[in-house]
Amino acid sequence: MSGSMEFLLWTKGPMFNIAIAIFAIGLLVRIAEIFVLGRKKNFAEARAGEWGPGFRTMLTRTVADPGTFQRAPFNVVVGWVWHIGFLIALLLFLPHIALIESLTGLSWPALPNPVISLVTSVTLVALIATLVHRMTHPVKKRISTVEDYVVWAVVFAVVLTGWLAYYRLVNPYPLVLGMHILSAEIMLILLPFTKLTHIFTTFIARWYNGAAFGRKGVQS
Amino acid sequence: MSELTLERGLAAFRAEVDGPVAAFFSSCVHCGICAQACPFYLETGDAKYTPILKLEPLRRVWENDFTLWGKIKGMIGLQQKVTDAMLAEWEELLYDSCSMCGRCSMVCPVGNDLALMIRKSREGMVQAGHAPEGLIAASVRAIQTGSPMGLQWKTLAVQIQHVETSSGLKVPVDQPGADYLVLLSSMEIINFPEYLEAITKIFDHAGVTWTLSTECFEATNAGIQIGNKDIAAQLVERVVAAAEALKVPKVISPECGHAFTAIRWEGPNLIGRPYPFKVFHIIEVLDELRASGRIKTEGMETDRLSMHDPCNLARKSGVIQQQRNLMNLVAENFVELKEHGKFQWCCGAGGGVSSNERAEPLKMAAFKRKKAQIEEVNPERMVTMCATCRTQLEEGLEEFNMEIPVVGLTEMIAEHLVEKN
Repeated sequence: MSGSMEFLLWTKGPMFNIAIAIFAIGLLVRIAEIFVLGRKKNFAEARAGEWGPGFRTMLTRTVADPGTFQRAPFNVVVGWVWHIGFLIALLLFLPHIALIESLTGLSWPALPNPVISLVTSVTLVALIATLVHRMTHPVKKRISTVEDYVVWAVVFAVVLTGWLAYYRLVNPYPLVLGMHILSAEIMLILLPFTKLTHIFTTFIARWYNGAAFGRKGVQS
Repeated sequence: MSELTLERGLAAFRAEVDGPVAAFFSSCVHCGICAQACPFYLETGDAKYTPILKLEPLRRVWENDFTLWGKIKGMIGLQQKVTDAMLAEWEELLYDSCSMCGRCSMVCPVGNDLALMIRKSREGMVQAGHAPEGLIAASVRAIQTGSPMGLQWKTLAVQIQHVETSSGLKVPVDQPGADYLVLLSSMEIINFPEYLEAITKIFDHAGVTWTLSTECFEATNAGIQIGNKDIAAQLVERVVAAAEALKVPKVISPECGHAFTAIRWEGPNLIGRPYPFKVFHIIEVLDELRASGRIKTEGMETDRLSMHDPCNLARKSGVIQQQRNLMNLVAENFVELKEHGKFQWCCGAGGGVSSNERAEPLKMAAFKRKKAQIEEVNPERMVTMCATCRTQLEEGLEEFNMEIPVVGLTEMIAEHLVEKN
């Protein structure tokens, strides 16, 4: 018991600080790498502004166009389910809100625990579905790299350990909670160096896309 | 020109990496949705044609040279290098199986503009000596003769004579101070001479002053298709010089898709300065004449017509409503293809695919997506406004024994002009 308690305290203390530091510095470097490169001046006469269409695309790409939805319904639906499930568990579970409040002073109402546990279970199933899809769909199989599987494993571990901790399925409790915190920290550390960066950079990418099409008169 | 090498290629790839490229590669999650927007993947079922995979050389250059993480990987020997053998393999992916139609750029959930990155990658491919023969030949002819098909003014002069005889109208040549400088495409001059006659009639009808230029009549830009900025810029400079010499305020790009994006959107950036004139696609000009009441038509087409939007005109240039306004002016039974406008499907021939003879089987495979769309609405004729699309539709429909004639929208408008007294 004392060993697992020490482990938990380590994940909540020194390891937490290390993870936050690597995440923050790494992400800052990554974003700086994008903006330092910037764009060349565009001499072609624009049909419309860039900002409006850029911001619209930042939001609208969240939903697939009807044709794409028909051609890849599984991809779209399962992607949505697990992303939303992950966000609900991350942002609306009471202990998570308490953590955020202790760090930032901000807080908001939580969802009831049974709802969170149901959402988490669904997310786990959806994540397994994405893995099967990645390993079997010809396109996904062809374009997948080791990184894709590592990132999947880390994200899955975060959700799974959270779920195990909630149901007290591993003893002693500090061990499973520590595992949950540690896997979240690994995710934070990997974030700036893997495709997890899309959590932030997708909004930059979408803006550039919307702006480039927008100035030519097309809402992309 | 000095020798084309891998080093030069890599330098050219590096020169193309900018903020958007970095944001796009940082964001890709390998979801594979882009494949669902690609006619080359969908109609062959071969996963190697997945759009994001076509960009692997550019992605490696970005990761290796423009990210801290890539440099760290380099220090411990984990970088994935771009090799000459890799580029040789990717030549088919970047040229034969991509028309730069931009549909993948419209559906990528994280917002990647993949077509833009294909365009950029081709700059590197040319410098590394991995561009297709067909496109090299077209580029050389464009630089040497002014036309990618090697067509000379004397051929056009003969055609002008024919048009003047048949229409009884004068085709203005080298007229300074005209409202519009009209550009043509070689493909049009050879395959669709009716276009020149149509605009001659329409402009006479609408009282528009216009001119051709003996100095430059070609609107297309082989430099953009192959991916070479120097060639592309030279071809644009010729248009600019001709327009400046004749002091025209407006230049008209013909019924050709890539010619329009080349001169309208890339041109000023290739030469590094804004134009002293405005550029329009012929369809924009016709719709403006319609809106201001300068085109008077009579009679309607009564058969069932559908329309193919050229990618370069619709999705990549925002000309979507204009052709519909014009269709409604002269066609009473116009039916849209299911996915049209900015979500239309490519005919399969754009982006240099049609100048690359080796790509013929892929070009015909990609056409099957268009064919399926056409079969869905079962029109009696198809209308379009790009000579390359039109040729591809004609050849493709013929290949599949579908008796659906294809007409150019400009000609169709010309056929309905009210006769002058």
